[in-house]
Amino acid sequence: MTSRLGDLKIALFFIFPAVIGFVAFFLIPTIRGIYLSFTEYSILGEPTWIGLENYTAIFADELFWNAMGVTIQYVVLNIGFQTVIALGLALLMHRVAKSTFIRGALLLPFLVANVIVALLWFWMLDYQLGIVNEIMSWVGLPRVAFFGSEQWAIPTIAFVNVWRHMGYTALLIFAGLQAIPNHLYEVANLDGASPARTFWSVTMPLLRPVLVLVLVVTVIGSFQVFDTVAVTTNGGPVNASRVIQMYIYQKAFGESDFGYASALSVILFVILALVAFVQMKFLKGNESDLD
Amino acid sequence: MTTSTAPRKNASRQNSRSSGLSPKKPINWRRAGAWVLVAVAVAVTIAPFLWMLRTALSSNSALASNAGNLLPADFSWGAFKRVLGLQTIDEAIADGGSGAAINFWLYLRNSVIFATITTAGQVFFSAMAAYAFARLRWPGRNKVFAVFLTTMMVPPIFTALPNFLMIKNLGLLNTMAGMSLPFLFMTPFAIFFLRQFFLSMSREVEEAAMLDGAKHLRIFFQIVLPNAAAPIATLALLTFIGQWNEYFWPLLVGQDESVRVLTVGLSVFKSQSPQGALDWSGLMAGTLVAALPIFLLFIAFGKKVVNSIGFSGIK
Repeated sequence: MTSRLGDLKIALFFIFPAVIGFVAFFLIPTIRGIYLSFTEYSILGEPTWIGLENYTAIFADELFWNAMGVTIQYVVLNIGFQTVIALGLALLMHRVAKSTFIRGALLLPFLVANVIVALLWFWMLDYQLGIVNEIMSWVGLPRVAFFGSEQWAIPTIAFVNVWRHMGYTALLIFAGLQAIPNHLYEVANLDGASPARTFWSVTMPLLRPVLVLVLVVTVIGSFQVFDTVAVTTNGGPVNASRVIQMYIYQKAFGESDFGYASALSVILFVILALVAFVQMKFLKGNESDLD
Repeated sequence: MTTSTAPRKNASRQNSRSSGLSPKKPINWRRAGAWVLVAVAVAVTIAPFLWMLRTALSSNSALASNAGNLLPADFSWGAFKRVLGLQTIDEAIADGGSGAAINFWLYLRNSVIFATITTAGQVFFSAMAAYAFARLRWPGRNKVFAVFLTTMMVPPIFTALPNFLMIKNLGLLNTMAGMSLPFLFMTPFAIFFLRQFFLSMSREVEEAAMLDGAKHLRIFFQIVLPNAAAPIATLALLTFIGQWNEYFWPLLVGQDESVRVLTVGLSVFKSQSPQGALDWSGLMAGTLVAALPIFLLFIAFGKKVVNSIGFSGIK
C-alpha cells in the first residue's frame, strides 16, 4: 500500500503552494471567465445570465470586426518582418559573429520594458521633433505622423515591436541552427551544393521544428499586443490601432461591461488555440526531420 | 559563382582561424558584407538608446530648436534632477519641464518590492513543485504535471479579467498583495524549466543522504537547491526582468499612487502632460533611470541571460 502511493504525502506538501496558485489564479478564473461571457455584468451587482447574447452582439459589432482586422494586420506585419529579419540575423550570428557581445547587444531591446521601448520610439518618431522625421526631411522626404495617422499607426507599432523582438527571435533560431549537425553541411559541400541550395535543402528542413515553435510563440504573443498601443496611440486615431486586447480593456474598464469583455476574451482564447493547433498541424512542428 | 562554389563551411572555418591574416588570401567579400550587416544590425539596436541618453541630457526648451543635433542640445542635468525629484516644480518648469511630476523614488521602491516578492515566491514555490514532479514518485504525477502545463496555453488577458474581479472581491485592489498574488505561486514555465534540471541530477547523492536518515525537506534544501543554483539563478534573473517590465496587471490593480510601479508611473507621467507639450528630456531621463536596473543586471549577467534564451524559448 505504501509503496503504491510512494511519496504521495510529501509530494502533496511540495506541490501545495503551486496547486493553490494554479487553482486560484488559472483554473477558477478560466471557468469564471467562460461563465461571465454568458452574463451581463457591470462590476456593480450580480452577473445576470443572458445566454449567447454577448456572442451574437459581438458578431454584429462593427468595432469588434474592426479590432480583429487591425489585430490581424498587426500580426501579419509584425510576424512577417520579425521572422525574416530574425532568420537573417540568426544566420549571420551562426556563420560570422558568434560573439556573446553581439548577441547580447541585439537582445537588449527585448529586456527593456515595452513601456520604455514605446516611449523611446514615440519620441524618435514624433512628427515635429523626432529624429526620424528630421532625417527624412534632410533627404527630402515628407514628414510622417507615424502614430498620428490612421494609415501609419499599425505599421509603426508593428515596426517598434519588430525592433524590440528581432534579437530575441534571432537567438531562438540561432539555438536551433546550432543543433544542426555539422556533418550534414560537410556532405552538402562534398556534393558541391551552392549556399542557397544548402540553405533550402539542409538548413530550412532541419530548422523547421524550431521555426514552428518560434512562430507559434510569437504569433500568440503578438495577438495580445497591448502595452505599445496603450502608451503610444491608445487605440487611435479614431479606431485605427484599437487592437483586440485594447478593445477588451476598454469594454471592461472603460465601459464596465465585464460580460461583453469576457466574451471577447473567450473568442480571443479560441482563436489563439486554433492558431497554435493549425500551425503545429500544418507545419508538422512536433516532428523533426533528424529522427 | 566564383566564390560560391568554394566549400562554405570550410571557408568559414579557415577564415576564423587565419582571419584574413594570410597575405595570399583575397578579400572575402561575402564575409565582409556579412560583417557590415552585423554592424548595421547592432547600430540599429544601440543607436536609439544613445538617442535616449542624448535627449535626457538636453535642456527641454532647447530640444525644439535643435531637433537634429547629434549632441545634447544645451547640455543639462535638469531632466535627471526633475525625474529624481531634486527640482521644485517651479525650477522644473523654468527648465522646460511640463509641470507634470513623477514620484520616482516611490515608484522605484514599488517596482523593487513587486519584482522581488513575485520573483522570490514564484521561483521558490515552482522549485518545490518541480522537485515533486521530478524526484518524488507518486500516483498521478504525470497527469497532474500535464494539467499544469496546459495552463501555458491560457493567454494572460483571459485570466486577467476574472483575476481582477477576485482581487477586487478580496478587497485587495491597490495593494501590493493584490498585485503580487497571481504571480506568487507558480508559472507552468518555471516548473517546467526547473523540472528539466532536477530530472538530470544523479540519484546517488540523494540516496546516500536517505540512508543517513535525511528527510525530503533536508534533501531539497541541502542537496537539490544548492546543486541547481545555476539554473535557479538564471530563472530568477529572467523572472525578475519580466516582472520589472510587467505593465498590464499593475495597470489594472495598482493604479493608486502608493503602489504604482515604474512602468505605470512612466505612462501616467506621459499622459499627464498636456498634448503637444511633452517634457521629452524628462521622459527620456525617466525611461533611462527606469531601465537602469535592467542595464546593470545585463552587464553583470549578460552571458547567462543570452545563453539561456535558447532554452527559455519554450516559454
